[in-house]
Amino acid sequence: MSLAMFVQHLLNGVTLGSLYALIAIGYTMVYGILRLINFAHSEIFMLGAYFVFWGIVLLHLPWAVAMVVAVIVVGALGVLVDRIAYRPLRDAPRISALISAIGVSFFLQNLAIVVFSAIPREVYRPDWLENAIVVGDIRVLPLTLFVPVLSFLLMMGLVFIVYKTKPGLGMRAISKDIETSYAMGVPVNRVIAITFGIGSALAAASGIMWTLRYPQLQPVMGMIPGFKAFIAAVVGGIGSIQGAVIGGIGLGLIEIMAVAVFPDLAGYRDALAFILLIGILLVKPTGLLGEKLEDKV
Amino acid sequence: MLSVRDLHVYYDGIHALKGISLEVPKGKIVTLIGANGAGKSSTLRAISGLVKNIKGSIVYDGRDIAGQTPVDIVRGGIMMSPEGRKIFPHLSVLDNLMLGAYSRNNKAEIQKDLEWVYEVFPRLKERSGQKGGTLSGGEQQMLALARALMGAPNLILLDEPSLGLAPLLVKNVFDIIQNINEVGKTVLLVEQNAFAALKIAHYAYVLETGSIVLEGTGKDIMQNAKVCEAYLGG
Repeated sequence: MSLAMFVQHLLNGVTLGSLYALIAIGYTMVYGILRLINFAHSEIFMLGAYFVFWGIVLLHLPWAVAMVVAVIVVGALGVLVDRIAYRPLRDAPRISALISAIGVSFFLQNLAIVVFSAIPREVYRPDWLENAIVVGDIRVLPLTLFVPVLSFLLMMGLVFIVYKTKPGLGMRAISKDIETSYAMGVPVNRVIAITFGIGSALAAASGIMWTLRYPQLQPVMGMIPGFKAFIAAVVGGIGSIQGAVIGGIGLGLIEIMAVAVFPDLAGYRDALAFILLIGILLVKPTGLLGEKLEDKV
Repeated sequence: MLSVRDLHVYYDGIHALKGISLEVPKGKIVTLIGANGAGKSSTLRAISGLVKNIKGSIVYDGRDIAGQTPVDIVRGGIMMSPEGRKIFPHLSVLDNLMLGAYSRNNKAEIQKDLEWVYEVFPRLKERSGQKGGTLSGGEQQMLALARALMGAPNLILLDEPSLGLAPLLVKNVFDIIQNINEVGKTVLLVEQNAFAALKIAHYAYVLETGSIVLEGTGKDIMQNAKVCEAYLGG
């Protein structure tokens, strides 16, 4: 592999990886706080992409504006999902919320089929993302720079919220001890709602950027990226934001590099993530950065 | 300041408190003593709004707060230092303290209280950047007390602050509770260490299997043969 090729694969890997990482963050944050795997997360990802499409087609918004609006609307939708489907089950056994999550996932997916129809739609991509930049031998799509950079900025924003703001302090407290957080006067339900809002907004951003790379909209488009991001979160250590980022980017790199080095394996690309998952779980069941979770008494 | 009337607490069919009544007058230290499982923690948890299934009234500053959310109760000026300290081991000492102040918004006042708390507990200032879990047991208890104080409470609920501490530290903790009381905080203290609690309390209640069996001034209770036998080791 020439250096130029290597750099291109590297950028592709980081691009795909950042998209996984943005989704994985939402899984891991919700799990960290509620010990709930939010299966509806992959539908949130899909809705982000659709909302941009409709923003452009119906409201004639410029792409960038449509993206910002879609991210905000989907963030609010995430809060709504928590309010309707999870919050009433806060004191119920964990399995009830999990089943509710599966229900929300099916509901949103089928709602999308009914409302948006199941026919795949083509996605509008802004021109400035299409024209390759050429540096020497290296041909770089602006997309492979735009996605990692925007993802990085979003993650920095997230780190700021989690480590420097009051709701962030609340999140970190709730993730360890929900009852003492209550006793200290943390408005637990509001902090959880904020968590859902942020996680959903990041998933929407990921979904939108995903369609820049794979420009086709479908109601089921969230499934495979959702599974893989979930794997990335588990591999990184579920509950850990850093773990989700490392798991996501790692998985993206491995997928792209493996196919680049062994082109024959291209068909097995999706299986790779699961093999990685099994491997990591055998060696380190808590994931790379996961801590041992004691059972709450 | 706080007046509990005929309070019942139920957990999954267990009747943990069977209609207790108690008064905590402003500026006093009132203690609630009793053996394990007598219902001491349940009382504090009910006052803090952590138990949903309660009956009876909890009147604080003229308002019935029974059934309010913990956030409202904290905002109203009641803070708890829970049993077993329950500090956040993965957060820094400073973050732990700021959690105590979560319900407050006035940054200048929070900062003022932080300085005051650091004055009362100089060890916490030295360790403000350290994770809570790296502190010794005594320091963790200090942190739990300081965290409750950061909520600027008028009434502070202390659940077994001497639990698991060496005798010297126990004395230290009780001295601090007295100091806190002297600066104007009303204290409701739950203890198994009845002797130490009675020494500093203005008034005391003895709880047995969910009912109050005895009450009186700290001195009276200490001299009561029944208590001596049951809780003070003869």
